[in-house]
Amino acid sequence: MSRISKTFNGLQAEGRKGFIPFVTAGDPDLATSLAIVLKLAELGADVIELGVPFSDPMADGPTIQRSSERALKGGVTLAKVLDLAAEIRKKSDVPLVLFSYFNPIFRFGVDEFEKSASAAGIDGVLLTDVIENEAGAISRRFGEHGIDLISLVAPTTTDERLEAICENARGFIYAVSRAGVTGAQETTSLTAEQLVNRTRQFTDLPIAVGFGISTPAQISDVWKYADAAVVGSAIVSVIEKSDQEDVVLRVEEFVSALVPNRSVSVAK
Amino acid sequence: MINYEPNEHGYWGDYGGRFVPETLVAPLDELTEGYFAVRDDAGFHAELNDLHQNFTGRPSPLYFAKRLTETLGGAKIYLKREDLNHTGAHKINNCLGQILLARGMGKKRIIAETGAGQHGVATATVCALFGLECVVYMGTEDMRRQEPNVFRMRLLGADVRGVDSGSRTLKDAINEALRDWVTNVDTTYYLLGSALGPHPYPLMVRDFQSIIGREAREQIVEKEGRLPDVLVACVGGGSNAIGLFHAFLNDDVRMIGVEAGGRGKTLGEHAARFMSSASVGVLQGTKSYVLQNDDGQIALTHSVSAGLDYASIGPEHAFLHDVSRVEYASANDDDALAAFKTLSETEGIIPALESSHAIAHVIKLAPEMSRDSVMIVNLSGRGDKDINTVREIFANS
Repeated sequence: MSRISKTFNGLQAEGRKGFIPFVTAGDPDLATSLAIVLKLAELGADVIELGVPFSDPMADGPTIQRSSERALKGGVTLAKVLDLAAEIRKKSDVPLVLFSYFNPIFRFGVDEFEKSASAAGIDGVLLTDVIENEAGAISRRFGEHGIDLISLVAPTTTDERLEAICENARGFIYAVSRAGVTGAQETTSLTAEQLVNRTRQFTDLPIAVGFGISTPAQISDVWKYADAAVVGSAIVSVIEKSDQEDVVLRVEEFVSALVPNRSVSVAK
Repeated sequence: MINYEPNEHGYWGDYGGRFVPETLVAPLDELTEGYFAVRDDAGFHAELNDLHQNFTGRPSPLYFAKRLTETLGGAKIYLKREDLNHTGAHKINNCLGQILLARGMGKKRIIAETGAGQHGVATATVCALFGLECVVYMGTEDMRRQEPNVFRMRLLGADVRGVDSGSRTLKDAINEALRDWVTNVDTTYYLLGSALGPHPYPLMVRDFQSIIGREAREQIVEKEGRLPDVLVACVGGGSNAIGLFHAFLNDDVRMIGVEAGGRGKTLGEHAARFMSSASVGVLQGTKSYVLQNDDGQIALTHSVSAGLDYASIGPEHAFLHDVSRVEYASANDDDALAAFKTLSETEGIIPALESSHAIAHVIKLAPEMSRDSVMIVNLSGRGDKDINTVREIFANS
């Protein structure tokens, strides 16, 4: 069983909900990313999303756009992100999901990527701009290498499409809370709950809700109807505002306040 | 015979398709459905043709450039005068088609991207014509070099929003327009200006621009009693070129698309997607040739003309390139500036810097052709918008 499935099964058995933080790999640099990710795992992150920086992140708001720019300026490439994942994997069993636009992977070569990602211990890949037929084909190929292509659903997704997406989905479903780009907001709209309920008609897979989640109140709200909450821009924003020397501590403070009392021993 | 139509998923061969966030699938489906409902509708086309004639001033003339022809001493050169359209470029053809569609779909808010500002001006114009809200995204570098168009858009009532990311040019404006659309899908129509982006845009924009070639075909037969030997057009995203070429694809006519060679052959110094440094990639919703580095990061580009300064090219051009139906050449900044001057002085026509790239290629090619051969160049826009840029460059050289 995959690490992702094992994690969600464990959560369900314990009657708990999941916390999925996102960080851009290599922001502010790869060594710090490694320390941040290990800290997040220690703080009880159930799955960690690693953003692959891209020059033209059309689905992202300003916070993640800037973090991609910082990472790219530091020379981060997909190959280096995979190396980072391998380093994380040496020290933690936390499920890792790469969050990427298609072009860096297309350019790397989908064949080559499957092998390298699998070897690095990547459990899932979420491709922001791959849908429909292309997603189906990639999902099957990734599946052969033990990698789940994580499917996105959005409030604009019709029931007909939801059914088709769920049929091919693996790992968990990522429900986009609202129409829009990534970025922290104060409240989560009702549309997220409606979307999760619509999606449940077509799948037994766990459903995580992301986009715009930044407060403990929003997380407990999401946990009422979904299986996990994804927090991205809010954490990236803490990284952006912190000094290099205490960025891990600042992230720890923020996440401890966001999801209290989750710390678990995850070291291998 | 090669099939020049895309499949139902918007692919020409391997190129095109839809690479977008899930949120945009429903609006793209809605758009596709809306477009195919009017694509062959007589009422829709009657209204569009009325606007072409009475608002834009179509058909645009096919003008025999006698002095340019004599100066070059080779092929007879005809200019398809899209520069004479209302708003000064071919962009209005597509905007009128799409605004009728948007109105039919009940959309009240229109967004667009613009590079040189010609598409922004055309969008602002059709929004004024139909009383619709208009937001135009434009890179701040382009706002600087195409300042007259920024003022024109604002005069027309558009909200022009500067985009400060990346190279602050067309690509960055498209990113920002896509972000707006994904956020405001319910109310907003994205009026994309070139034969780019996710399906159905490359097909729809091509269709709306193909009036250029249909007219040119009739006009040249009337004037010369035969089809031309060569067609030449500049290619940024590729809408004016595909607009001219489309009606001739099944004819024995040579076609040349001219890309921006910029100021050098290294990545970042030009916008010639078919140069050896280019490769296939996925950018802004479509699979095509893309200027990128080895890690799949999109390269910065350079061209003296804002409208050609883009890292990718419409997917239909990628296909036409691969099947060798269209040849692609490039003209550098200096050649384009020289052509800008040449056409102004020999014909009394100041061309847009974009169109000057096509003229630059004609200046090379025409002398090599016989005097009884016939060439049509798409003069896609007029150069009024560029006079500040050109004045600056000529003053410093």
